[in-house]
Amino acid sequence: MTEMTLVQAVNDALRTALQSDDRVILLGEDIGKNGGVFRATEGLQARFGEQRVVDTPLAEAGIIGTSVGLAAGGMKPIPEIQFMGFIYPGFEQIVSHVARLRMRSRSRFTAPMVIRVPYGGRIRAPELHSESTETFFAHTPGLTVVTPSNPYDAKGLLLSAVQSDDPVIFLEPMHIYRSFRQSVPEEPYIVPIGSAQIVKPGRDVTVITWGAMVRDVLDATAKVEATRGIEVEVIDLRTLAPWDEETVFASVNKTGRAVIVHEAVLNLGLGAELAARISEECVLQLEAPVTRVGGLNVPVPLFQLEDLHAPTHARIQRGIDKVLDF
Amino acid sequence: MHDESPHFADAVITTQTGVDTAKETQSLGPFDIPATIEKPEDVQDELLIEIYRQMALLREFDRRSVRLQRAGRIGTYPPLEGQEACQVASTLALRKADYVVPTYRDYGAMMVHGMPMEHILMYWNGRPEGAVIPQDVHVFPLAVPIATQLPHAAGLAWAAKLQGRDEVSLAFFGDGASSEGDFHEAMNFAAVFKLPVVFFCQNNQYAISVPLSRQTATETIAEKAAAYGVTGVRIPGWDAVAVYRAVRDAVVRASRGEGPTLIEALTYRYGPHTTSDDPTKYRPLSEAESWRERDPVETLRQDLNRYRLWDDAKEAELQEWIHETIQAALAKMESLGPVNPLELFDHVYAKLPSHLERAKAEFLTELSHEQTKGDAQ
Ligand SMILES: Cc1ncc(C[n+]2csc(CCOP(=O)(O)OP(=O)(O)O)c2C)c(N)n1
Ligand SMILES: [Mg+2]
Repeated sequence: MTEMTLVQAVNDALRTALQSDDRVILLGEDIGKNGGVFRATEGLQARFGEQRVVDTPLAEAGIIGTSVGLAAGGMKPIPEIQFMGFIYPGFEQIVSHVARLRMRSRSRFTAPMVIRVPYGGRIRAPELHSESTETFFAHTPGLTVVTPSNPYDAKGLLLSAVQSDDPVIFLEPMHIYRSFRQSVPEEPYIVPIGSAQIVKPGRDVTVITWGAMVRDVLDATAKVEATRGIEVEVIDLRTLAPWDEETVFASVNKTGRAVIVHEAVLNLGLGAELAARISEECVLQLEAPVTRVGGLNVPVPLFQLEDLHAPTHARIQRGIDKVLDF
Repeated sequence: MHDESPHFADAVITTQTGVDTAKETQSLGPFDIPATIEKPEDVQDELLIEIYRQMALLREFDRRSVRLQRAGRIGTYPPLEGQEACQVASTLALRKADYVVPTYRDYGAMMVHGMPMEHILMYWNGRPEGAVIPQDVHVFPLAVPIATQLPHAAGLAWAAKLQGRDEVSLAFFGDGASSEGDFHEAMNFAAVFKLPVVFFCQNNQYAISVPLSRQTATETIAEKAAAYGVTGVRIPGWDAVAVYRAVRDAVVRASRGEGPTLIEALTYRYGPHTTSDDPTKYRPLSEAESWRERDPVETLRQDLNRYRLWDDAKEAELQEWIHETIQAALAKMESLGPVNPLELFDHVYAKLPSHLERAKAEFLTELSHEQTKGDAQ
């Protein structure tokens, strides 16, 4: 076991993948010599060479598009997009080809790849460096979307993603890249895709969240629990598509109350889908309408106001109060 | 299909794989407009002096901004030191109605064309006021996603052409941007519709850590113009007069209806990509030092001295003006109170839809709640 930050765990998983499978190739902007703008690929080019850890031209359509061909041709690409806000030149490739190659060729060709994307705000970064648009990908059939909330899961989920037969969008929450350390096994291990984790059990309210928001939710709920004498169950969804209905429904059936918290803007955020499905499946157990707490329905602002755009602790607490006081 | 022909394609592929590491740093020249040696006869003394004054101001502004970032008084900042001639001499070749279409690094060009300095500081300080462009200033908002501003410049030029206005768009971009599809599409549109636009590439040799040899297998960026039917010009970007001449001539051609120009200016950013970057990871310090030998600001000052247009007294006076100008802008930024959170809802739509009206009201109530709670503690 080694104490690692989330970004170090990503690095460790990438090293493991490169070491254990010759077909693995990393490609992206500034990932080689520079080790990535977040240092997620630090040291990997020096160790595995320029053919396997590749600085590409500055072109996201090129990065994702060639990854389709690389994957179909027998390689295992792990492209990096520098920030979520810059994925759009590659969006057509993702939606029209990455997600559909299997279906379009009736499984004759497939495009298993892991597209790594730092996302989320609250790091005082410049404009368009703070997006949480996971919905675009979760909305696209054929894609698997994953996001870890801690170093242990980061390594385990990334290694799962590399083994997947289908393309995975691997979202890395920048806000907690370095904010805490955790013991991470040196040997390879898997955290299964498609399984949520109950990070804190409780009997009165279920709060479902993911990524950097998990820690905010734990902090915010601790206060509500203390003042109201209740117990909150917190679920880290971990896989956003296809998400773990079983764990979520079982929890809500137990507590009768559900709040979904995400940094993405509220309107058509993943919370909308979760709320709809919970309402359909848990209707007889629900004591209150499902509530969502999300980013304000306006573009992510320049950084002075970004903390107010994302769910604040006060807004999270009010969401919990709302389902309790219904 | 059974193919007996030799595998020419394979042969081509083997010779082209990998990057020619011997070519990591690109050779300078040849240039379509050479570096200046003689006192230019086609550039008036007053203009030469003005170019120098603005370049010197920009240099000091840039150094000051880096220090402000280090002290936590502004956010992440992308320095441009080394690229002053590219931004100042180019923009001073414009007429007021012409448009500057910038990237994040082109606040120098923005300021020269009328964007207030304090707005630039506020922008990098994460304040919405920093995004305000005065009504009569023909500067487009700076683009952060690489190359995306280039089709906008073509569109602005197209609108001017369609409406019979003599307005040329000057779009800035970097060497890295030449790899994005938007660059190629913009060039193509500009040429097909013969638009009055000038694409000005500041080839500073790097896209963050990635050297030019990784962006393109061609020797130059200027030569890409030929593929689109655009005029391509390559210039020494440290030479203010060469920059001025290239843009001036391109604007004249554009305005006469002779179509777009691609200018590739060779230059170098001495500092990091942004204040979050560490350039020692990817290039030797000596490289920046060798570029400083043809420093744009120093070169022009020495030339002005040589032409007897400048002296130490004038320099001292200039430095004082620069200091005061920057202090005044900084004071304006720092006199502002906290950003009004309600600004989050402004300018999202022409008229705020009712669901956002409600969200705004709710947000306001929440804020005042927290305010009172905070005050009580
Ligand atoms: C579409 C897109 N991809 C990636 C980035 C991240 N990024 C910001 S600046 C930069 C390098 C740009 O290099 P260049 O075009 O040469 O301009 P320079 O920064 O050197 O002025 C990159 C990759 C971005 N802003 N937009
Ligand atoms: Mg560059």
